[in-house]
Amino acid sequence: MASESIAWPAPEAASRPLVDALHQWVATVDHKRLGILYIVYALFFLVIGGVEALVMRIQLIRPQNDFVSPEVFNRMFTMHGTTMIFFVAMPIMFGFANYLVPLMIGARDMAFPRLNAFAFWMTAFGGLLLYYSFVGGDGLYGAGSAPDVGWFAYAPLTSRTFSPGHSTDFWTLSLLISGIGSIGTAINIIATIVCLRCPGMDLGKMPLLVWLNLVMAGLVILAVSPLTAAQIMLLIDRYLGAHFFDTQAGGSAVIWMHFFWVFGHPEVYVLVIPAFGFASEIIPVFSRKAIFGYPVMVAATICIAFIGMSVWAHHMFTVGLGSGANTFFVLATMAIAVPTGIKIFNWLATMWGGHIHFEAPMLFCVAFLFQFLIAGLTGVMLSVAPFNWQLGNSYFVVAHFHYVIVGGILFTLFGAFYYWFPKMSGRMYNGPLAKLHFWLFLIGFHLTFDFMHVPGLLGMPRRIYTYEPGRGWDIWNLIVSIGVVFQAVGILVFVGNLLWSLVRGKLAGSDPWDAWTLEWSTNSPPPAYNFAAIPDVKSRRPLWDLKHPEDPDWRYE
Amino acid sequence: MSTPARSIFDLSLFVLLVSAAIFAVVFSLLSYAVLKFRKQGLHGSHEPAQVYGSTQLELAWTVIPVLIVVVLFLATARVIASIQNAVRPASAIEVTVIGHQFWWEYRYPAFSVVTANELHIPVSDPAHPTPTFLTLLSADTDHSFWVPRLAGKTDLIPNHPNSMWIDPAEPGLYLGQCAQYCGTQHAKMLLRVYVQTRAEFDRWVQEQSQPAHLDDTVSDGRRIFERTACVNCHAVAGTAAIGRFGPDLTHLMSRYTIASGAASNTPENLRRWVKDPSIFKPGSKMPAMGLTDPDLTAVTAYLETLR
Repeated sequence: MASESIAWPAPEAASRPLVDALHQWVATVDHKRLGILYIVYALFFLVIGGVEALVMRIQLIRPQNDFVSPEVFNRMFTMHGTTMIFFVAMPIMFGFANYLVPLMIGARDMAFPRLNAFAFWMTAFGGLLLYYSFVGGDGLYGAGSAPDVGWFAYAPLTSRTFSPGHSTDFWTLSLLISGIGSIGTAINIIATIVCLRCPGMDLGKMPLLVWLNLVMAGLVILAVSPLTAAQIMLLIDRYLGAHFFDTQAGGSAVIWMHFFWVFGHPEVYVLVIPAFGFASEIIPVFSRKAIFGYPVMVAATICIAFIGMSVWAHHMFTVGLGSGANTFFVLATMAIAVPTGIKIFNWLATMWGGHIHFEAPMLFCVAFLFQFLIAGLTGVMLSVAPFNWQLGNSYFVVAHFHYVIVGGILFTLFGAFYYWFPKMSGRMYNGPLAKLHFWLFLIGFHLTFDFMHVPGLLGMPRRIYTYEPGRGWDIWNLIVSIGVVFQAVGILVFVGNLLWSLVRGKLAGSDPWDAWTLEWSTNSPPPAYNFAAIPDVKSRRPLWDLKHPEDPDWRYE
Repeated sequence: MSTPARSIFDLSLFVLLVSAAIFAVVFSLLSYAVLKFRKQGLHGSHEPAQVYGSTQLELAWTVIPVLIVVVLFLATARVIASIQNAVRPASAIEVTVIGHQFWWEYRYPAFSVVTANELHIPVSDPAHPTPTFLTLLSADTDHSFWVPRLAGKTDLIPNHPNSMWIDPAEPGLYLGQCAQYCGTQHAKMLLRVYVQTRAEFDRWVQEQSQPAHLDDTVSDGRRIFERTACVNCHAVAGTAAIGRFGPDLTHLMSRYTIASGAASNTPENLRRWVKDPSIFKPGSKMPAMGLTDPDLTAVTAYLETLR
């Protein structure tokens, strides 16, 4: 071959350490490095999405404020929602799945390492494209920069008539592209779990986190595909003269809503199921007990995913689908509360009679249990269609889903960060700083999202850049905005702690938590090949069996 | 309150009570577990007894929630049917509500009345109910009609006619606003519903069904109004102005607010609005017409005669 005759320049080893290191990260197909890339990328966008939230809260701090124009405010809530869901929450979950799943099932990498890298870079490119809209979105018509159609981008606001220029196209294309990455990663996770488990690890012996990521990946394929299809239809509408959603030419705005929410609701479970996975690993270890009711936890997860595919129209109770459809979706939505409740009770029973240690990961998981309880109950209220006619699209619903996403998902994520940081970096985080982060964030979260329910109850709709005085909303919005300050400082402490500990943290050793799953049996950080010898497991807690040969789990499972 | 809002409120209280009870029980159990079983120091010498599960417990916390869900579902289904399957009585008032970026158009087909932003309806005496049935349409993007004390919200979606009904028993002003993001000025698409006694309402209908009041002292203003682009969007009954993109101005001065509730209807505000609508509502579809000061004064004077 011709390439064999090319004379390569002599290697200048060690003369370009930074370039070489960067090259290794960019060209990597190692699941651990890709996992960390996903996580760092998501943290970067978490800060950006947080700044957008901060802009909105400054604008709403008092009635008739003019901190930003309505156009800028509308871009902020569109970009905040899109960023947080597609470029923070999903990538961060994929990052943890990438890092942890092969380690937990005793594999040396994901099933398709190159697909893994491809998927990450697609997602990364999608996020960059979305933000390029700020400079490139003016386009031919000079009609605005970043997208301003809302994160669910209801038709016909996205048609060329109402959204000229290219801002909506940036939104559509970036989700289309990152969606390809998401589907790639989902296929990879499923293939890895199905094919690469170590000897002895049958499906009933996988750690719960692995089970939950398997279900999550299945949901990603089912949910992201219709979204991708809808984005393609929207592009065809805008540029090739179709009329799927173009109401002025007989298209249907309601069809877009169905497409979007048949993605949008399962998406909630795509995010919360891995969060359940974190809780299901952390709570047992810090209670020093095996997870209570493992088979029921798996069944409840599958049940949530299954029912979760048939509840999307509870986002559409005010659309006029008729009393029959509304009644069906009330029942389906309420039914989800049953398996979710089962999970909470099983975590409770796991703690019951244990020895609970309040290290940072456990603090966040305990807060998660209380907050997710409240989020679930406001969810049941909102599933009552008549209640939803009043409080859907109000600040009550904004408070509810932030209770799920921040109070539920982000809290377990923080727990996961502190729990696995020693494994990923080899170093322990700073304990007091982690507790400071916890308390700051807890106070900020409750100031913001507890009080945010109230203006909703008083009739304040979402997505308004300003409001009239005298509706009784002022004081509540002020408190909500103050809470954001605590959350922002908490995030700074968190990021500072990670950076500081990366360099100065105490060496953690391979198993700082005296834990039971396979990732703790290898070095911290794990070598490129993960395990010197592929492990052979007999139970759900292989390290428990190792540490307690007199009382191994496999006798009871 | 009107009947839909009242029955939603009662149902919500019931759901809230059930949720509060569940919260109290689970919160207590969680708090007890967390406080009772906490230990200091990570590496205890002995581990607690390992318990792997219990079929009885799993059954208990499956069956009890299922029963609660059944009760909540039945209560909900009843209210859904009572509101959405209600039969329209012959005595009902009919109004067609058309959502626009960023204002509301109201048409009363039985009375030949067209107005904007401020909806007038009669009280509904429970003995002789005269509910108002709204047909909800959209001229452009999605909107949502939400006046919390009258009823839950219902969306206005192009190509998808919807309906809802209200029957307030008390006269008064009921506030609300658009509840579905519809574009730049979604925030200032406010709703004002004036509920009047039957006699007041009949008088209002009588006044609104008249053609525009003609006043020769403002013929200059009227000429400028009809010569500029104003008439492309606005209608004044009985004149050459027949546009439908903007609010009907035939009885402009009978309204308390302009700009869909964004400003009170004073001569000064009216003048500022005609000069440059973006002062009150940046992003409003009404352009600044670039009138000279004398023309502006004349047009405002003309508008002030449209009682």
